[in-house]
Amino acid sequence: MSVDLNTAITKEELLDLYKEMRLIRMVEQSAAKAYTLKKILGFCHLYIGQEAVVVGVQSVQIEGDSVVTSYRDHGHMLACDMDPKGVMAELTGREDGYSKGKGGSMHMFSREKGFFGGHGIVAAQVPIGAGLAFAHKYNGNKNVAITYFGDGAANQGQVYESYNIAALWKLPVIFVIENNKYGMGTSVNRSSAGDNLSDRGKAYGIVADIVDGMDVIAVRDAALKAMDYCRSGKGPYILEMKTYRYRGHSMSDPAKYRTRDEVDEIRQNSDPINNIKSILDKFGLKDENLKIIDTEIKSIIANAATFAQESPEPSEAELFTDITIN
Amino acid sequence: MSIEILMPALSPTMEEGTLSKWLVSEGDIVNSGDLLAEIETDKATMEVEAVDEGKVGQILISEGTEGVKVNTPIAILIGSNEAPHPTIKKIAENPYIEKAILPTKNKDKEILKTDSNSSFITVREALRNAMAEEMRADNNVFVMGEEVAEYQGAYKVTQGLLDEFGDKRVYDTPITEHGFAGVGIGAAFGNLRPIVEFMTFNFAMQAIDQIINSAAKTLYMSGGQMGCPIVFRGPNGAASRVGAQHSQCYASWYAHCPGLKVVTPWSSADAKGLLKSAIRDPNPVIFLENEVMYGQSFDCPNDQDFTLPIGKAHIERTGKDVTIISFSIMVGKSLEAAEILNDKGIDAEVINLRSLRPLDTETIINSVKKTNRVVTCEEGFPFSGIGSEISAVINENAFDWLDAPVTRVTGKDVPMPYAANLEKLALPQVDDIVNSCINVCNKS
Repeated sequence: MSVDLNTAITKEELLDLYKEMRLIRMVEQSAAKAYTLKKILGFCHLYIGQEAVVVGVQSVQIEGDSVVTSYRDHGHMLACDMDPKGVMAELTGREDGYSKGKGGSMHMFSREKGFFGGHGIVAAQVPIGAGLAFAHKYNGNKNVAITYFGDGAANQGQVYESYNIAALWKLPVIFVIENNKYGMGTSVNRSSAGDNLSDRGKAYGIVADIVDGMDVIAVRDAALKAMDYCRSGKGPYILEMKTYRYRGHSMSDPAKYRTRDEVDEIRQNSDPINNIKSILDKFGLKDENLKIIDTEIKSIIANAATFAQESPEPSEAELFTDITIN
Repeated sequence: MSIEILMPALSPTMEEGTLSKWLVSEGDIVNSGDLLAEIETDKATMEVEAVDEGKVGQILISEGTEGVKVNTPIAILIGSNEAPHPTIKKIAENPYIEKAILPTKNKDKEILKTDSNSSFITVREALRNAMAEEMRADNNVFVMGEEVAEYQGAYKVTQGLLDEFGDKRVYDTPITEHGFAGVGIGAAFGNLRPIVEFMTFNFAMQAIDQIINSAAKTLYMSGGQMGCPIVFRGPNGAASRVGAQHSQCYASWYAHCPGLKVVTPWSSADAKGLLKSAIRDPNPVIFLENEVMYGQSFDCPNDQDFTLPIGKAHIERTGKDVTIISFSIMVGKSLEAAEILNDKGIDAEVINLRSLRPLDTETIINSVKKTNRVVTCEEGFPFSGIGSEISAVINENAFDWLDAPVTRVTGKDVPMPYAANLEKLALPQVDDIVNSCINVCNKS
């Protein structure tokens, strides 16, 4: 972990990063539990282990930026400041969920917060992100679109169609590849030719950086650099985040394709929350200080769970609403 | 020696063109590959090269002549040392000339009375006018697609848009339908109003995941937050002699899916009125045009505010004995069939659906209650086709009013063949409609 304590980050900012990552992890743990209790059904893809990626990137976004991602989206919604109550109510299929209970885990949105989903088709969000960037450029604003996708999605043809268009038209889009080393059960080495996924932008002249996605400060710095580049009109940027998911692809994946030792090794030596804890320690913030934050988060989650439980299922009339706009 | 140089066919659907300019004069020696003339079709202006070598003995069609039919002799090539052959017919005597200079007449019945408020224009011009008018009215409307800008449109539908609106409103895309459809959808989520042209809907299959999963479903999945105001347009259905991968009607594919609107214009007025409505619509609209119809002319209102509502069918011809329900190019064929049936004592009503989703069931049911007999008509495959759906709707809503089973006229259940005779057999013809109507009327 290479952290320059002189870097222009304040203790408060560090605490915010910790709080956000901790919130995501604890919401995901709570979602995992709710799934085993059959309160959440269907597909449920957890973000545990990857928290530093979205928290680091979103910590430097500005008002009006657009965000779009895949079905592993709970962390992204929280990092976009969406309310855990609405997220939990959606996960449990309730009327007060972000999609009125009609989207579920993979399909949540908040126009107000600039979060454009939540897409269940692998890589479909990549051209959509380029299109959101197109709208920013068309409107002449300084905003960027941040498009997250995994190493599995990185082999889809539409990613390269999007790279080509984004580079040709100099669209302000940051392609954030969350390389967690497995596309479902197939390791990146068994599915992807070449050394680094980020190299694949070279053919289109797209600048790319490889980032330690377990280090939230490194992620934040890389995102700042990429955003400055995009906002100045130079075109797209690729950030390949080397990260890791602790849980299976989805709740129903036993993850037999990797060893327990492999997962434990990362948890013990590279965990993004432990990493920021060690930095906070150098700022004089000890575990007991952080426990106060953890307690706050527990209360946020308990409230969200209660909110979701008390929210009714959508009315039957909702079946036929929102199909088209009249 | 004397070789006739014939008016060349320059596209699968070209039947005639304008001989816009001669690049050689009588007496010139030409070698194979030399440029002879400029020919303008409804799609493009092209230069024609000499195939044979010799001397231009006589030019038979003067430059500027419009409506020159394909295969008309346009010049005579003679041996390099020959004098012009005395037996060559003079222009006035050329049997092709009278035919050649006649302007194309629309075979279909006039729908609207021509007056100062309307113009006799092609479907192509009507589509372009609709886009241009809506782009003038709303800065968020833009056009993207393959060859829509500098090339002026593969079928010239976007001709002139780049000149008027510039490259910030009209975008040539790479030939990557999946990617650019997704970019368009993202732009629509970002509150713009894209018009995405597919060179043909055959190629939109590359993009169908984005169209269905992203454009059509996201409003619902987001509890009403994520409207996607986008138009996907381009030619659909069979062109002519282009084989199975380039000749298919996708009407029932898209009409199957909730979240989309599916619009199928026939005439110029349909094209203009429905496309303007589609561009203004807050939902994703699949706008299925027909290449064969692009060059056909109809009266079309000039009014900038002229629109036609999506979801309303139009009765093109009223009748009392049988209802023919059709859309797109088949409307014209249905009207031809109705004229033939009229001579046989059958008075057919012809419904132009104009829109397939939403489907105007009210107009259909009311017509069934009047005629008690129905023939549906479409170019697409029969299995799970639009006719199947209409038949089910009638069964569910007007079964007691039927005096005969609903009968479908469709394309045959085969991939489109290339050979002329087989292609004709595969496509629904006027006679098929006539015979089906006679059958349901028990007049055979």
